Amino acid sequence: MWARNKYIVLRRIVQLLFLALFAAANLWGWKVLMGNYSTALVMETVYLSDPYMVLQTLAAGFLLSADALIGALIILMFYAAIAGRSFCSWVCPLNLVTDLAFRMRKKLSWRKKENIMLLGRNSRYWILVLGLLLSAILGVAAFEMISPIGMMHRGVIFGFGMGWAVVLMVFLFDLFVLENGWCGHLCPLGAFYSGLSRFALIKVKHQAENCSNCNKCFPACHEPQVLDIIGKQSGFIRSGACSSCGRCIEVCEDNALKFSINNYKKHRREL
Amino acid sequence: MSDDQLNASRRDALKTMFRGAGVLGLGGMAWGGVVDGLKASELALRPPGALAEKSFIKACVRCGSCVEACPYDALNLATVDDHTAIGTPFFVPRETPCYMCTDVPCVPICPSGALDSELLKPSEPTEASERMDINTARMGVAMIDEDACLAFWGIQCDACYRACPLMGKAITLEFRRNDRTGKHALLEPHINRTACTGCGLCEHACVTEKPAVFVLPKELASGKVGNHYIKGWDKRDEKRLHELKEEQKNRSQSAEDYLNDWEDLIDE
Repeated sequence: MWARNKYIVLRRIVQLLFLALFAAANLWGWKVLMGNYSTALVMETVYLSDPYMVLQTLAAGFLLSADALIGALIILMFYAAIAGRSFCSWVCPLNLVTDLAFRMRKKLSWRKKENIMLLGRNSRYWILVLGLLLSAILGVAAFEMISPIGMMHRGVIFGFGMGWAVVLMVFLFDLFVLENGWCGHLCPLGAFYSGLSRFALIKVKHQAENCSNCNKCFPACHEPQVLDIIGKQSGFIRSGACSSCGRCIEVCEDNALKFSINNYKKHRREL
Repeated sequence: MSDDQLNASRRDALKTMFRGAGVLGLGGMAWGGVVDGLKASELALRPPGALAEKSFIKACVRCGSCVEACPYDALNLATVDDHTAIGTPFFVPRETPCYMCTDVPCVPICPSGALDSELLKPSEPTEASERMDINTARMGVAMIDEDACLAFWGIQCDACYRACPLMGKAITLEFRRNDRTGKHALLEPHINRTACTGCGLCEHACVTEKPAVFVLPKELASGKVGNHYIKGWDKRDEKRLHELKEEQKNRSQSAEDYLNDWEDLIDE
């Protein structure tokens, strides 16, 4: 039972811990993690910032303080070099909502291929660029103005106001319109980390000799296109779109998938 | 592959690109419209030391640190229905005004520079320990609706005057004869715009149902003279005249010529 749900339990603990620490900073003045998912002060010493937010602010024409810029660099390096796109499934609070929609969709067994909206998995990269363009044109960080991630955070910590409506919109969109619609097709922040994460250190490793081609991993995955090597060849799931949620590892009954350290040498030979 | 097939697939690719660009444009316009609408509101009162509204919404990272730092819980973060840039801090004086903490805890905590302690520099050099002087804050400016103000009716009320942390400087009481009764005085409150910090303690204290004194963002409550008027009695302002280029100083046409120039106004 533990092995089947190890990562999902850990992920929920980590996600809720971040929310709880942010909330505790506001409610009781804890100094562990103050701020939000765009900029947070850790233990009153280091600032961590969302690099996509910093880019938007730059595009809008404002150079943030050195604290925020260095914080963004730390985060950029951490995800690009080590943890991959794990922000999306381990930290982002909206993941609680989109995961729920994903699971409900599976339970209701809606058919998967019913994309009526012309949205592909690459749409998000265009939206990422669009966000920077709009920031430059309008002189204000365009995604931060509408970000459901920010609304979810502020909702939990400071009270939702009408912000819950935006979070609900994401849920309904994911449930009724498009599977994994927000995280996998629209979110420019997810796109940002996807674009960065190809050469991260921690990757899911596939051992094709153990694989029985049961195909259980595909429906569990939020980005099933990244699993293209499953059952065909051994190696790493290299795509930056993989958010290291570990769901495929949990559902695999053949011990053919596990988290591992990326082998860069081998990567070069494959290319 | 035959030429026809090649052309067909090329046509398809172009079509897809065209369609994608169209959808992107559509989304961009919708997104831009929403953002533009949200940032257009100028009604929010910002914390002390905030940059001018336009720069402020650029710079603010919406982290809520200032909100957390405020000991009076005066600051809120805007949600969707607050009609200002979402996630940015603001306060509503009628609910909770700014109590003007002397150490201004909301400002140094700001990680982005949207709240700038430089803007709160003491006007006169004081002890080195005091880096900020809350009295230099310009969060907004108080306005009085004289029709709704009891003091202007002749009823004695100095609630705003007493509540003002810069009593006698930012709000003064001016005595005027009450013409209605002929034997009383009106104690009229007046706002001194150069001293008012916009803290809103007056609005909070006002006894009328809807406050007769209220704080508006400075930008919204200010006019502008323009550069072409110069205070001749102010030496520093007068200097601007001497800095002007020669052609700006001397118009080719004199005012008299200009006013008497009928030619263009008469139809043939």
